[in-house]
Amino acid sequence: MADAALFEFLHTEMVAELWAHHSDPGPGGQKMSLSVLEGMGFRVGQALGESPTASAWPKRLPLSPRLPQETLAFREELDVLKFLCKDLWVAVFQKQMDSLRTNHQGTYVLQDNSFPLLIRMASGLQYLEEAPKFLAFTCGLLRGTLSTLGIKSLVTASVASLPTCKFQVVIQKT
Amino acid sequence: MAVCVAVIAKENYPLYIRSIPTENELKFHYMVHTSLDVVDEKISAMGKALVDQRELYLGLLYPTEDYKLCSYGYVTNSKVKFVMVVDSSNTALRDNEIRSMFRKLHNSYTDVMCNPFYNPGDRIQSSPPIDTDVTLGHHQDFIKKHSRAHIPHLLLGVPCIPRRGPRGAPCSQQPRRLRGDPSQALPMAPSLSHDAVSRFILGPRAFDSMVTSMMVQVC
Repeated sequence: MADAALFEFLHTEMVAELWAHHSDPGPGGQKMSLSVLEGMGFRVGQALGESPTASAWPKRLPLSPRLPQETLAFREELDVLKFLCKDLWVAVFQKQMDSLRTNHQGTYVLQDNSFPLLIRMASGLQYLEEAPKFLAFTCGLLRGTLSTLGIKSLVTASVASLPTCKFQVVIQKT
Repeated sequence: MAVCVAVIAKENYPLYIRSIPTENELKFHYMVHTSLDVVDEKISAMGKALVDQRELYLGLLYPTEDYKLCSYGYVTNSKVKFVMVVDSSNTALRDNEIRSMFRKLHNSYTDVMCNPFYNPGDRIQSSPPIDTDVTLGHHQDFIKKHSRAHIPHLLLGVPCIPRRGPRGAPCSQQPRRLRGDPSQALPMAPSLSHDAVSRFILGPRAFDSMVTSMMVQVC
């Protein structure tokens, strides 16, 4: 749908703009841009985490800033992660996450085999070094949604070959 | 009739409190505070069982001389609680009316969260509208879309002081405990002019007006 394309374009421009401005090409400047992107994603994730009622959004639009009403009873962390993989991913990227793995000790690996923000770039090993900056916003998104739902976490992403990427969520126990 | 609506954050401090009859505000604030204990009890009692989104009646908390006041609660997934105190002496409010009120409140709260100028965890504040002559129903003195409800950080029980509108609308008879310019106290958006800000910030103003219309409608 047109909404998805708009978000992809905006995201691409965001990354390009942040990268163009840091004068320090070393690791310090890069880290700052990455954390700015991650911070943006965090704020968006916080807003997305508020569960609304289904009637509030016109049903003809597939991309909704809100999530379905049935996503409520979170008994445990695994439910929350499943919600992230299914409902959040569908709301933002119009597809579900492809696999969710856990070690049952607070670490979860979410794998997406055709991540929409990477799929336009390449298929394979080309542009592998550039890929991580396109994942920073999404890491923040996951972290923000988890934080509204009451879970403190650390999210990192890794790319082995485009467009498959893995998000690792480590729950921080306080 | 809903006499008091409160939005309480996860850490149990108020994000937004609004009462209609302004002479007894402290009483309503106290009532909201005590109902928080019941809310917490219910949340922890659910535990591993199925957590229901909506929390039902808390029941008759304070039978006072004039009216019986009941407070109802509602908890979202992000542990934000909405507490509403209603005066049920006039009409018996049905359960689904309360639920629909909470649903509207939840929708408006989601809107506020999506407002880019709102930082999660801040007070929900509405700035004065460009046209101040909005009056709703017969509660003209109380419910004007008036200025920032400045709730200080530490005290729960300080009543909201409506500021005088530009046309000199009458204020309620509250002892002025808050001094100082509200615009100085607010750290957010100091450089934008009032007009620009009110054009952009639809979220908090809509929240305030939604609560207002809800409180009047349920009379």
